[in-house]
Amino acid sequence: MRLRILQLLLLGLLIVAWYVMTAPGLIPPFYFDKANRAAFFFGEPQKVFWVIVDWFASGEIFPHLGITLLETALGFTIGAAAGLGIGLWLALSPTASAITDPYIKGFNSMPRVVLAPIFAVWFGLGIWSKVALGVTLVFFVVFFNVYQGVREVSPNLIANARMLGASQRQLLRSIYLPSAMSWVFASLHNAVGLAFVGAVVGEYLGSSMGVGYLILQAEGTFDINTVFAGILVLTACALVLDSLVGVVERRLMTWQPKAGQTEKV
Amino acid sequence: MTTTKDVPALALADITCRFAARDDASKAYTAVADATLNVARGEFVSVVGPTGCGKSTLLNVAAGLLEPSSGTVEVFGERLLATQGVNRRAGYMFQADALMPWRTGIDNVIAGLEFRGVPRAEAVGQGEAWLRRVGLAGFGDRYPHQMSGGMRKRLALAQTLILSPDILLMDEPFSALDVQTRQLMENELLALWAEDRKSVLFITHDLEEAIALSDRVVVLSAGPATRPIGDFKVDLPRPRDVQEIRMTPAFLDLHREIWAAMKEEVLKAYEQQKAI
Repeated sequence: MRLRILQLLLLGLLIVAWYVMTAPGLIPPFYFDKANRAAFFFGEPQKVFWVIVDWFASGEIFPHLGITLLETALGFTIGAAAGLGIGLWLALSPTASAITDPYIKGFNSMPRVVLAPIFAVWFGLGIWSKVALGVTLVFFVVFFNVYQGVREVSPNLIANARMLGASQRQLLRSIYLPSAMSWVFASLHNAVGLAFVGAVVGEYLGSSMGVGYLILQAEGTFDINTVFAGILVLTACALVLDSLVGVVERRLMTWQPKAGQTEKV
Repeated sequence: MTTTKDVPALALADITCRFAARDDASKAYTAVADATLNVARGEFVSVVGPTGCGKSTLLNVAAGLLEPSSGTVEVFGERLLATQGVNRRAGYMFQADALMPWRTGIDNVIAGLEFRGVPRAEAVGQGEAWLRRVGLAGFGDRYPHQMSGGMRKRLALAQTLILSPDILLMDEPFSALDVQTRQLMENELLALWAEDRKSVLFITHDLEEAIALSDRVVVLSAGPATRPIGDFKVDLPRPRDVQEIRMTPAFLDLHREIWAAMKEEVLKAYEQQKAI
């Protein structure tokens, strides 16, 4: 509780500092030669606040936010499912893994954001080009974690399950999947963030809807307050998504010992 | 013509296991060479040998987890073939923890029943009964990481025994436990074993444990190319208490006799490990 108060205090302090540095005429300009230059470059917190209030009050933001979140959700779901499936397959099939290894490495080291213009050509300016970008970003994070997770399963566990009579399918369901899931969850925070990045970057490069589009429009008219408002709304959304993953993780991963938790006898 | 009564539960004949060296195929390592070992029905056989002599290799062959380079494994008179999978009539208790960390105690115990398609309600009923038998009643909802080492061993024992295997393979199951817990577990194992007298192949490096538990102790030579070099009958009376039996003269005589056969091999293994 004390921590929360200090955290909020820090936020308030930052906003006050922002206000003091940018409000025209409040303090003598020390870097820019005109009093309202700072506000032009950095916006003003109270104006940013009112832009956000106006967005939510008029309901203007909702369709844009809805589109961005839909793109994020689709990119995340498709990318994570593909990463899980292909990760399991390649980890369990050494031949396929050996053949595809250089390609996987190649795709992974490629800066995949440059694919965005190609996706825009392939899938148009609607949501699917953004989803595709999100998928390419999410896929590799999940894929590598699943691959690692399956490879790291203790041979003892597998031998034990086999002696207890598990078939190949039961091994997959009872040993490989749960073992991979603990690695996947470690990567999900990252993956959700990347799906969000995919959606916003995609919108920024060409779209007619979404929060990224709002930011792009505002930037075109040098409306720096609206740009900051968009950034703040996106940040808040990312925080909410991240805590949602945290909740799901805690519910599904109860079997994992928490850090510092002692063994109870 | 042999009657079914004479057919051993487990018969390993002329087992040889060679492992290819990672860097040079010509430098294959022979872990086990021409090992022959029988376990009769209802017999408790311990295999002792110096560390790193390939005891676990032999057990993995008996379990069908490892295919020998040559030699045959027969389970109740039937050839065990690697193509047909693992030894279905055997239960295996591993040296290291092999419980599924994402399953609670009860779900670990009933894993084998679940794999065999037993309805869950029935499986849980049997599982609870086994938890009580190994002294873990009320701990079924704990995860393995919330249990002590001794409790995890008991859980593993219940997990293996719930399937009522005809043969029990045990690979130094208690070696990670402290002495007191270990003797308690040994007594519990003997009590459970006395109920229906399974055939047991018990691997250990501890000669006292081997004598206290078994009907027969087989001594292995130091590696490489391990093979049995001694076979001693333990005719101590049952039921036994592993703590008390260690003090009896008959036990000490046996210990002296078997140790004489083992000592040279242990020293050999020690010298080899020092050389590396």
